[in-house]
Amino acid sequence: MSLLNLKLRVWRQKNGTSKGAFVNYDAPNISPDMSFLEMLDVVNEKLITQNQEPIAFESDCREGICGACSMVINGIPHGKERGTTACQLHMRHFKNGETIVIEPWRARAFPLIKDLVVDRTAFDRIQQAGGFVSVNTGSAPDAHAILVHKDNAEKAFDAAACIGCGACVAACKNASAMLFVGSKISQLAHLPQGDPERKRRAKAMVMQMDAEGFGSCTNTLECEAVCPKEISTRVIAELNWEFMRS
Amino acid sequence: MLNASIPEGPIADKWASYCDASKPINPANKRKYHVIVVGTGLAGASAAASLGELGFRVSTFCFQDSPRRAHSIAAQGGINAAKNYKNDGDSVHRLFYDTIKGGDFRSREANVYRLAQLSVKIIDQCVAQGVPFAREYGGLLDNRSFGGSLVSRTFYARGQTGQQLLLGAYGALNRQIAAGTVKSYPRTEMQDLVVIDGQAKGIITRDLLTGELRAHMADCVVLATGGYGPVFYLSTNAVGCNVTATYRAYKKGAFFANPCYTQIHPTCIPQSGDHQSKLTLMSESLRNDGRVWVPLKKGDARPQEQIPESERDYYLERKYPSYGNLAPRDISSRAAKQVCDEGRGVGPGGRGVYLDFSDSIKRLGQDVITARYGNLFDMYAKITGENPYQTPMRIYPAVHYTMGGLWVDYGLMSNLPGLFVLGEANFSDHGANRLGASALMQGLADGYFVLPYTVASYLNHVKPGAIKNTDAQVTGGLRETHESIVRLMSVRGKHSPDYFHRELGKIMWNDCGMARTEQSLKNALSEIPKIREAFWKDVCVPGSSQDYNPVLEKASRVADFLEFAELLCLDALERRESCGGHFREEFQTEDGEAKRDDKNFSHVAAWEYRGSGQKPTRHQEELAFENIALAQRSYK
Repeated sequence: MSLLNLKLRVWRQKNGTSKGAFVNYDAPNISPDMSFLEMLDVVNEKLITQNQEPIAFESDCREGICGACSMVINGIPHGKERGTTACQLHMRHFKNGETIVIEPWRARAFPLIKDLVVDRTAFDRIQQAGGFVSVNTGSAPDAHAILVHKDNAEKAFDAAACIGCGACVAACKNASAMLFVGSKISQLAHLPQGDPERKRRAKAMVMQMDAEGFGSCTNTLECEAVCPKEISTRVIAELNWEFMRS
Repeated sequence: MLNASIPEGPIADKWASYCDASKPINPANKRKYHVIVVGTGLAGASAAASLGELGFRVSTFCFQDSPRRAHSIAAQGGINAAKNYKNDGDSVHRLFYDTIKGGDFRSREANVYRLAQLSVKIIDQCVAQGVPFAREYGGLLDNRSFGGSLVSRTFYARGQTGQQLLLGAYGALNRQIAAGTVKSYPRTEMQDLVVIDGQAKGIITRDLLTGELRAHMADCVVLATGGYGPVFYLSTNAVGCNVTATYRAYKKGAFFANPCYTQIHPTCIPQSGDHQSKLTLMSESLRNDGRVWVPLKKGDARPQEQIPESERDYYLERKYPSYGNLAPRDISSRAAKQVCDEGRGVGPGGRGVYLDFSDSIKRLGQDVITARYGNLFDMYAKITGENPYQTPMRIYPAVHYTMGGLWVDYGLMSNLPGLFVLGEANFSDHGANRLGASALMQGLADGYFVLPYTVASYLNHVKPGAIKNTDAQVTGGLRETHESIVRLMSVRGKHSPDYFHRELGKIMWNDCGMARTEQSLKNALSEIPKIREAFWKDVCVPGSSQDYNPVLEKASRVADFLEFAELLCLDALERRESCGGHFREEFQTEDGEAKRDDKNFSHVAAWEYRGSGQKPTRHQEELAFENIALAQRSYK
């Protein structure tokens, strides 16, 4: 495949209190084998050598599992490839000459830090409210003392695959965090270990979610469509069920 | 000569006797002690949570925006435990034996035995936390095999075991944060260690959002900051992984042990170009069902489907018939390099070998393969644009894990009293080569089960809260950190930090990678200072140090890599033998295997910093093999 010449329109914003704007950049000679973030690395490298501040964005593992990368690409969180984080999105999916628009997650509960970087500590606080099983180190029974039906283990795993990136919030017109919260609720609701605390957990996590300023779910299902781990909105139904029971 | 303070008595009783001998601290006094934990991966998060549960006051620090993003999250294949649920003859002793042998007899017996003993408790703990391990239809836990072992002892959660274990530890940590025993400082990077009267008493940190430098004082400091793989630039590590915390502790007097023990993992996706920022691992678990091969003939450019069975060389099965495709990582990596050096490699540049699933798909059906490795196959397809169900994967070795790290005694305390080092950041358990699925085991054993006991033993002799942050060492440390940041910002040269990092990586990979020689190492030792000099003349860090500035973070880490690389190469030069991942071409058996020199090198090399521009001092800890006889490692 031949190299791509692309145009970027990138949201630049110095910090949460200043005004942001789109800035245009050229991204010439991009290899189709590059990941989206490697393409941004190339653009940034050039900016740095000109003593200009590069485009700030987050990334760490660059293999789709840490959840650090977070950007809206042409209007879609993580871009249009299904089940893919921005770091795993490769440039072979773009056309030569294309203009790519890149924006941060936009949600009141995710205050902007700089350019494409937002503050997602609200997610940590929701988990702190109850996203765990209360078991002290050393007090566990033998692992085989707890039997888990294979189907339940699989359902728990499907929900547990959440990487906490926040794409679900960014995609939702209400900036709802129901998919994120539902994934932890669902994981523990399908396991016997999670049973004793299920009511307290559902109530506490939902209350914290509301306190953080996330919106309500109106079943648009955008979250499911953009989730890089393809978590089903089944977990939202389960969250509602667990919350009603509490 | 270093003393590891290993308890007396038979190996199976050492840990119990250590625990019996340590006096508990009155619960009312525990909260007077403040413990700093740097790093929130498996080791750090599990340690912080466990200490918080015990009632200590804990502060955790991570450079990521959330503790959950630590790189443990990326571990794929699994975690070992000597549960013998498969009835295939596993035991604590067998896991101990496999790990010592896998480490090519360069690890400490007492630590490894304890690790094998504690392995069984880890699985119990994680299951109780709700970690969704793979299950069988009867509701019991499933296992699979990993390299370097003939039993099935690896517990797994699809290809995301590290993620699920870390989220378990993160949950335990969150519970303590909510309970008020742990305070979490995300986006806060350790810049220096504070040592007062020879004891670790705090850290200097930089707030990555505001640039604020701050001293945090404590009664002891725990580093769980991971490995230094990115000294090679390209590795399977996250792009943020760095050596800064451990290297700066080394400059404050902590010994750095065996830095030359680096692991090159055999199954990674080959590099596609110079733009690449990282390499992606394909879990070793794939070698359970995938067969590794290259064409028999040199320069055979035919597409793989046109190469008949008789003209394929399943070289691992040929060379190591009893372990086959499950030969340990160091051996499999070298074998791949060998066939590629012979001109039999596949793919662009001839740096690749096939990992072929067609036999397994025929035998088990695609559904079974999807259930076992679906996410790995998807990841491969995303990165390469090829479908591994139809064509074999192409793989090549890449830097993955570092066995070396700060020297610790049996209690995981460094030579600096009050400085504890856990997980990949220490050196103790894997010798010269780590077996698959053992990193998660070590991180969690250290954090959940070892540190809570050994920290308490230490703190029993420490008066809590004795040091104030007005001490001269603290103000001096803050000043030095500030000055080094100003120095980085004021170069205003022409190249990005990445530019120098890539240059360093090329030298490290070529001269100190899978094969090393005296000449290549001497070359590296003469080239590295030149890059360092160029870096300080020509690096460019735009923006402000009082602001969120990822380029500054990177520059600061690269500056440390540029010094640390020299220590790594020096250690590799002085270790005149081959062992595990450290392969010196001058020292090999007739059939090309690593040839150890037990007479002269059956020891740990622990390096002491002597000042800038001075050669560090090499200390030794002799390794005694009392329970497993030293032997030439064989996987044939």
